[in-house]
Amino acid sequence: MQELLSVKYDVESGDFIRGGEASSSIKKLLQQLGIKADIIKRICVACYEAEMNIVIHSYGGYIEAKIFNNKVEIIAKDRGPGIENIDLAMKEGYSTAPEYAREMGFGGGMGLPNMKKSCDEFYIDSKMGEYTEVRMVVYF
Amino acid sequence: MKLGKIKELLEAEVLCNEELLDYEAVSAFACDLMSDVLSLAKKETILLTGLTNVQAVRTAEMLDLRCIIFVRNKRPDESVVELAREKGICVLFTKYTLFTACGILYSNGLKGADML
Repeated sequence: MQELLSVKYDVESGDFIRGGEASSSIKKLLQQLGIKADIIKRICVACYEAEMNIVIHSYGGYIEAKIFNNKVEIIAKDRGPGIENIDLAMKEGYSTAPEYAREMGFGGGMGLPNMKKSCDEFYIDSKMGEYTEVRMVVYF
Repeated sequence: MKLGKIKELLEAEVLCNEELLDYEAVSAFACDLMSDVLSLAKKETILLTGLTNVQAVRTAEMLDLRCIIFVRNKRPDESVVELAREKGICVLFTKYTLFTACGILYSNGLKGADML
């Protein structure tokens, strides 16, 4: 598998104004590469949810997109409190997001389930008090 | 249903990308929670929402939605409209509440969007 290109963007904690810019840049790049619109949409939904999770739940992190000739891999890693119970966090409607996140339109407990549904492969790893890392793969 | 017809029915003001009024919407979704919106299936859906921040536009951008309708007289900031303009999303603005706006569109034949 040959990696053709990779981009990486820092994501700031609590920045609801710029949150989404990394996903937007990745979307633009995928469009320039001529990838099909429905594939781009799946990648972008997963990527944007992951990006907003970093904004809402972490102390900051990054989003990385690695583009191969047959797939895109998105890695979202943050520094943060970590997830205590991943099975519970994967449940639709379960959320630990603070009230202000809900006021911004997030925290409905659909983020992780949406990410999983949107991609072909979904991996999540977290260590309490240290990090959460999500890796998602969508094949062309 | 064409966006032009929706504008008429909701007595809405067009805040940007007026040239999209000929666009044909096949369904609608109404919500203030963006993750719920992100589980939408069809891109020919329009979004009705009371969430007037930049994330409503980002969500529409990720889903390739062509129209957002802001309800209950909540006018978005110019920065929100500017981003929508740049992303080719038509923004409408109506005095009706979310429920009433949906009721008007539904009773005129526009159906709800399917989920993934």
